[in-house]
Order: sequence, then C-alpha cells, then structure tokens
Amino acid sequence: MSTQTRTPRRPVGILSRRGDAARTPRVGVRQRGAYPAAFLVPAFAVLGLFFFLPTIYNFVYALTSWSSFSSSIHFVGLQNVEDLVSSGALFTSLRITVTYAVLVAILQNVFGLLLALLLERDTRVNRFARVMFFIPVIMSALAVGYVFQAILKPTGALNTIFGAVLGHAVTVPWLGSTAWTLVVVALIHAWKWMGLSMLIYLAGLKTINEDVLEAARLDGASAWATFRDIRFPLLAPAITFNVATALLGSMNGFDVVQATTGGGPARSTEVLNIFIFRTFGQGLFAQATTMSLVLFLVVATLAFPVIRVLRKREEVL
Amino acid sequence: MTGAPSTAFPAVSPRPKPRPGTTDRHGPWRRVQPVVALLAVAALIGVPLWIVVITAGKSQGEALNPDLTLPSTWQYGANFSEVWQQGRVPMAFFGSLLIMVPAVIGVLVLGSLASWILARRKSRVMAVFYALAISGIVLPPAVVTIVLLLRQLGLAGTAIGMIGVYMGMYMSTVIFFVTGFVRTVPIELEEAARIDGAGPVRVFRTVILPLLVPVLSTATILICLYVWNDVFYAFFVVGGRLDTLPLNLFQVASAGAYLNNWHLIFAYVILMSLPLLIVFTFAQRRIISGITSGAVK
Repeated sequence: MSTQTRTPRRPVGILSRRGDAARTPRVGVRQRGAYPAAFLVPAFAVLGLFFFLPTIYNFVYALTSWSSFSSSIHFVGLQNVEDLVSSGALFTSLRITVTYAVLVAILQNVFGLLLALLLERDTRVNRFARVMFFIPVIMSALAVGYVFQAILKPTGALNTIFGAVLGHAVTVPWLGSTAWTLVVVALIHAWKWMGLSMLIYLAGLKTINEDVLEAARLDGASAWATFRDIRFPLLAPAITFNVATALLGSMNGFDVVQATTGGGPARSTEVLNIFIFRTFGQGLFAQATTMSLVLFLVVATLAFPVIRVLRKREEVL
Repeated sequence: MTGAPSTAFPAVSPRPKPRPGTTDRHGPWRRVQPVVALLAVAALIGVPLWIVVITAGKSQGEALNPDLTLPSTWQYGANFSEVWQQGRVPMAFFGSLLIMVPAVIGVLVLGSLASWILARRKSRVMAVFYALAISGIVLPPAVVTIVLLLRQLGLAGTAIGMIGVYMGMYMSTVIFFVTGFVRTVPIELEEAARIDGAGPVRVFRTVILPLLVPVLSTATILICLYVWNDVFYAFFVVGGRLDTLPLNLFQVASAGAYLNNWHLIFAYVILMSLPLLIVFTFAQRRIISGITSGAVK
C-alpha cells in the first residue's frame, strides 16, 4: 500500500471520464490527503484473503495429492490433470459446461428480448406482467429446479397437460434423455433468469430516442425494419451486458442442474461445478481443485475480452 | 426476390399497405397485446406457481404426480408444520439472516469506501487496483481451496468464514457499481466540505455516502438475492455445520425425492420464497427501477 502514495498523479486514458474537463487540476499532495489510500486497505484485505488467496491456492493444490484418504499432502506434478484427461472427465465436463452456457446465453436473451418487446408499452397490464416475470428471478434456483423436476416427470404436470390437449397419454421423460436433457435444463435456467434480461432490455429500449423511431415511421419503415435497422443496433449495450452476464454466470452454474438432474442421466448434464461438488464429496480434494482451476482458466480466458467490453461500455455512458 | 422491390422502396409503393409499422402500432396489435401478455403470464408463470401452491396443500399420495388439480382436502397446516420441523425452518431462517446481514453491510461499507478512493485518485497503480478489484465480477471463486484456507484460519464451518467468503465474492460487484457512480458525482461537492475543514472520513460520511443511496440499494438487492439463495458455496463452507434455508431445502429435497414427498418439498419452497416475495411485493417498483438503472447506466 505504501508504494502507491508515492505515485505521482497522472491522468490515465482508461480512467478519464467526462467530468474531468470540468475539474480543476490538483496537485498530488492534496489528493493524497483528501483521498487516503488507507481507505482501500479493508476492502482489499477481504478481497485478498477470501478471493485472491484461494485462487492462488488453486494453482498450488491442483499439483498435489490432497485428499481425505491421507493426512499428508505431497507434490505430484500434473498427475491430476493427466488422470482427468485420461478418464475423459475433463473434456466431457468442459464440453457440457460450454454447451450449457451458450444455450443459456442464447435462450435467456431471446426470451428476455421477446418479453421486453411484448411488454414495452407502459400500461397497467404490462406493468403487472413485468412484475410476474420477475418472480422467478427472486426465487431460489434450487427451488426452481425442484419445481421443474416435479413438473417434467414422465407422470408430471407437463405430460398431463399435453395428454389432455392431444387426447392420449403422453409420457415423455423430459429429464431422461442423454442427448436433450441438457437443453431442457438450459431452458429452465433461462426461464429463471429471463425476467432480469427483460428488465435490462426494457431499460435499453427506453433509452432509444422517440424522434428517431417517429422519423422511421414517417419514412414508411415497417415494424420489423424499424426493429432490425434501428432498435436492435441501439440495444447493443444491453445485449453486451446480458450476454456476458448470462454466459459467464451459467459457466459457474450449479443449482438448477443439481436440483433437476444432479448431473444425470449418465452424467450427460454434469457441468464442471457438479463434477467439483461430487468429487469433493468423495474426498478427492485435489481432483476437485484441478477442475476448479480448469473452470477458473476457462472463464478467465473468456472474461478478459468481456471485462474490456464492460469497461468500454462504462466509458461511453 | 419478388418482394424485394416493395421493401426496398416502400415510400414509392402506391398501395395503402406500405406502412405496416404504423397500423401495427395503433391498430389491432394494441388490442391484442394485453391478451397475449396475460396469456404469456398465465402459461409461463401462472401454471408453475399454481402447481407449487396447490401441491403444497396436498396429501403425500395426491402429490405423488404433481398436476393442475385441486387437492381433495387441503393439508397446508399438516404439511407446513411437518416441514417446519424436518427442515428446521426457524434455525435455517436465523442462519440465513446471520450470514446475509453482516455480509451485505460489510461488503457495502468496505466496498464503497474503497470505490471512493479508486474513483478519485488517478494513477496507473489505481487503474491496476481497479482492474483487480472488479475482476471478481466474472472470475469464479476457488470454492475448494476456500475450504482449505478457512481450515487453516480456524474459520471452517463458521458463520464468520461464510461471511468473509461472500464479502470476497461480491466486493467486486459493489466496487464496480459504486466506482462508476462516484465518477459522476461532481467533485465540487466534496471541495466545499473540505474547505469547511472536514477530514476524509467526514467528507465520505456526510457528502459521498448519502449520494450513494440509490446505487447502494441496487447493490443491496442484487447481493441479498444471491446470498439468500446461494447453496453451492454454503455447501462447501458451512454444509452440515450451520443451517441456512437453501441448505435445508436441499436436505428436505434429497430425503424427499426418493420418497416422492413433493408436498413437503413444495411447502418448503413456499416457506423459503415468502420472505423475498413479501419484500418484493412491497418494494417492486423501487427494486425494478433500481436494477434497470444500475445495469444500463
């Protein structure tokens, strides 16, 4: 912490904001007194101890034999990675996780955008509908998962409804297919969070200048053309935010999958966090750590472009 | 290809149809839209909620295959009291509060204190610190080694350990939201207080903190939502040692799924969702506007 107090004040491009021009230039001494670096200490102590230190541990303990079966921990090099690769678990889980995250990001955003367009006008019905669509967001994801597990049973409510409509018994095992269950679980995840995406798209739609839309209307643009050429491009910041949070959030997903399938059938929905949870429960701590490191590295690789985009967005606004 | 000319030159078209956008917005869609909206609500939200509410009132036999039919006899009393004991609801509620309240207050206070400095001091080092601080928004916490660390600290399975972990996880979110907000606050407001002789602590408390109320309430809502409903990290840190509502839902459900005790699982889902639902019903307007303004600004 002491090093930064000696750093001279220098406006860095990435930090300059629109307010800067209005501010008077200040000397470093005055700035240091008015904004003591000591105020950073508690927050960074918490971050360092409970966030960064375990992350550093991740790199260390992934290379050890840490488990519940032996009290000693020794260095084993890349043994854990080799085990996970040779058993196929690493790439299987990784593929399932990425597929799941992409599916969720697409579905949640398509639903959210459709709802926002449907409920755009400020009427009483629409305000009521928005509140209703927000209820799944405030519910526990675990609870949502259990509710859908019951609804999607072969003898559950969805098949009963289909049966009543079609006039004959329907017994589709919605959560029993090794090929399609991942899609069903992603749909449930998207259902839970679509209300949040909807709100952000609604806010994005509100920021679009009414005059631009009126001009398009006078030029005879159809509703679809207006959407495709004007409103959709202007929604860019909302889309960035929604896609980034949905993608990275569901990479780290656990609750919905655990409550609906627990990773089954035949581990076909075993995302990384389910694998970590299961192997940790079996006492294979080092393997769980290795998978946790894999998740970290994958998200970090994807996240750096995302953080850049988020910061750029912040600069624009 | 035949339709292309008319869409390319819609204004030239002499037919009365060239402005479907106009007719759409003021014509039949205006009357149909509320019906579509209500149908969507009924099908997508109403049906699942209905199933939860009625199944929680059924007997075990009737709840075996949850459907849309009403229970022959309502058993709310019996189901709720059974799940109240089996799921140790009072302890779990208390445990959830015990963890959530200090974690949220702590992360908001420490986070906004740091954000103020990060927003006002401009140097390369601060830019690095800011980037580090917000990296946790997207990076997943190292959930397995957190357990090891807490063991070494003697905090394994304790509420304090769990509070620390949540604070570490959501500090980034607070710093991201608050730093962005502080940068929009004119510095002249602080200068005035400073000329009056106020030190940094007083400037922060009397000038900055009151201005942060809107952004902090948005952050509070989001973090409360995540912490109250979290089960993954709670599993690793306090699983089996402390009761929280989601952890006990998992227990009730794991025991109940084999026995097909859907009536109990759904009763627990209702009990667990009620506190947030009640808060939401009373504050929905502020919550919704808070979240939208926080996300797009």
